[in-house]
Amino acid sequence: MSHGQYEQREMTGAEMVVQALKDNGVLHLFGYPGGAVLPIYDELFQQDAVQHILVRHEQGAGHAAEGYARSTGKPGVMLVTSGPGATNAVTPLQDALMDSIPLVCLTGQVPTSLIGSDAFQECDTVGITRPCTKHNWLVKDVNDLSRIIHEAFHVATTGRPGPVVVDIPKDVQFAKGIYTPPQTAPRTSYQPKVQGDLNQIKAAVELMATARRPIIYSGGGVINSGPEASQLLRELVELTGFPITSTLMGLGAYPASGRNWMGMLGMHGTYEANMAMHDCDVMVCIGARFDDRITGRLDAFSPNSKKIHIDIDPSSINKNVRADVPVIGDVGRVLEDMVRLWRATVKTDKKSLHPWWEQIAKWRARDSLAYTPNNDVIMPQYAVQRLYEATKGKDTYITTEVGQHQMWAAQHFHFDEPNRWMTSGGLGTMGYGLPAALGVQIAHPDALVIDIAGDASVQMTIQEMSCAVQYDAPIKIFILNNQYMGMVRQWQQLLHGNRLSHSYTEAMPDFVKLAEAYGGHGIRCEKPGDLDDAIKEMIDVRKPVIFDCRVVTLANCFPMIPSGKAHNEMLLPDEATDEAVANAIDAKGRELV
Amino acid sequence: MNAQLQPTGSAYFIAKETEKPENHTLSVLVDNEPGVLARVIGLFSGRGYNIESLTVSETEHEKHLSRITIVTRGTPHVLEQIKHQLERIVPVHRVVDLSVMAEELGQQSPLARELALVKVAGTGDDRVEALRLADAFRASVIDANTEHFIFEITGKVSKVEQFIAIMKPLGLVEVCRTGVAAMNRGPQGM
Repeated sequence: MSHGQYEQREMTGAEMVVQALKDNGVLHLFGYPGGAVLPIYDELFQQDAVQHILVRHEQGAGHAAEGYARSTGKPGVMLVTSGPGATNAVTPLQDALMDSIPLVCLTGQVPTSLIGSDAFQECDTVGITRPCTKHNWLVKDVNDLSRIIHEAFHVATTGRPGPVVVDIPKDVQFAKGIYTPPQTAPRTSYQPKVQGDLNQIKAAVELMATARRPIIYSGGGVINSGPEASQLLRELVELTGFPITSTLMGLGAYPASGRNWMGMLGMHGTYEANMAMHDCDVMVCIGARFDDRITGRLDAFSPNSKKIHIDIDPSSINKNVRADVPVIGDVGRVLEDMVRLWRATVKTDKKSLHPWWEQIAKWRARDSLAYTPNNDVIMPQYAVQRLYEATKGKDTYITTEVGQHQMWAAQHFHFDEPNRWMTSGGLGTMGYGLPAALGVQIAHPDALVIDIAGDASVQMTIQEMSCAVQYDAPIKIFILNNQYMGMVRQWQQLLHGNRLSHSYTEAMPDFVKLAEAYGGHGIRCEKPGDLDDAIKEMIDVRKPVIFDCRVVTLANCFPMIPSGKAHNEMLLPDEATDEAVANAIDAKGRELV
Repeated sequence: MNAQLQPTGSAYFIAKETEKPENHTLSVLVDNEPGVLARVIGLFSGRGYNIESLTVSETEHEKHLSRITIVTRGTPHVLEQIKHQLERIVPVHRVVDLSVMAEELGQQSPLARELALVKVAGTGDDRVEALRLADAFRASVIDANTEHFIFEITGKVSKVEQFIAIMKPLGLVEVCRTGVAAMNRGPQGM
């Protein structure tokens, strides 16, 4: 049934939900049933246009929908019941808000007549989710339902994308009303600005043309803007000859194999990227938001540069760092204008950048991602490198949990395409990666989907293995198992006198048996020499796999900008002696947050 | 270079605030729908902004538009953030910083008025004095018996404050204030 060809029809609220999903192009829905959504589940049962994926916990549904969204560019959709169903969805909602992921969450609610009576499985869903959504709605009249769902999809996917919640009381699901198909007339108060101001873009291009030490700092906004934006970014880099670095969220927009690539920047970014950020004269920030993990000490952040900031969200401009040339608009549209203007007006003189590139080469020669190889135990960096080598040329998607393994993955796994890297950046949600991998695999059934995980994070949502087995989703959970909450332990070592308070997991499950118990495949690897064969086995098995990669227990993640330091004060791996690490705190410092 | 590190001991980088805070009056035009005020107030509490005064009422019934007037305090940087954060809220149509607009129009500050109901109880000299002062402040008596008055006073915040302070020793019982309603001088709208 195509849009617009049917007239308004009478149907129940539950029917409307399913019809609205179809009309908004939804093919997959992640959810968990319960009393307050039973009418909707009854409708789902009687159709097969929308496939429902039954998770094991609502948080899993949310992260799976996020992974689905980030790998496809389409909105992720989740359906949960009232009360605990809705509260369990809060973490993925906030995660999607911080990382600007389009996520539509439908929640059941107790009947309107019972709202406010502390009914069974009642909670104030719109109240609880108000600060963790872009917008939310409580539907009290069935005749508003279809319009609100369409509006929810519109709000989630346009402007700066984000999560939305539509809370639907059970009586509204049963009630009959008139269904209206999606319309292109959105509400008047919501009009995101997508086209950048041409004068500002001109000013940006003029500033860029005078730069001698420029840098492009791109972020997740480029990926959110769609594949064309990544293509335009590549064109801009090619045209200008500028070096480019990216945030954690932006990896893959510019290929890691590209000549101008400097690696990721920020707290665990490369030395060359951070030094270039600090010393540059013109910074072009494209779809990134000067997060505190990026800037380091704000008053020492890139002190001598003019900053161009392109962002679709006006509140991102001047929030943390003053922009000299702000451009508000969709990254793709702005880049299109920028590339066109550069071609038309600038005579590129790449020679003028030679001294800058020579300086960058010197920084690069510090080889800041180096680590001491080991023949007896697996170094976590080595494990990621071998995994990368083994997946080269394959249709690969990577998700991660949160912690050291996430940073090692970002540093040592290289992305040449956008939408291939799913990670929880802003919120830092442990337990994100496994369900996200599931969501990616549902969207790309034939792809190789790997969750590079930590032993602590993965246990937060390990139950979704059961879901992966149910839907024959052959996700690979590659655990860098060091038996610690590695990043917590690293901070305790750096900041709290190496008192490792509750960061060691004394009773670790047998991950191989766990995989088998779920009906998946388990692999354990303890020796560097066995790693390649074991990874090959993992890739070849057409089943969900848990790979228990036993890595050295006390490795730290370097390079690192220690707290309170500027970009040019990085702690490099070869300088991180025991003494330097032990002295990394003074009494005065501990009084701060 | 990095042999001796002296970090702050924090996972966060905290910069010193150097700008001075100012009071600004914001006008926010919103769709009058359930929860819209909660969104606005939640934004202020969630992001740590101040609310000195807040007034809200539907101003255009046929369009279901409400006008929220907020007096807030912050540094210029924070005030700019508040405006942009408010603009992100889906049912918000427009946000105008009346204080900034007044400056642009060459005026000192936006017009701001507040209404207060002030109940004063007492007998004898205090009672006479209260009535005399109310007259001086152009407050009107909207309820009275032999033991009390309720005054209605409208004016600048400073005038209302002063009136309440003066009534205190004369038997002030309770006060109800509307918060500030504000707009800019001149023919143009917000």
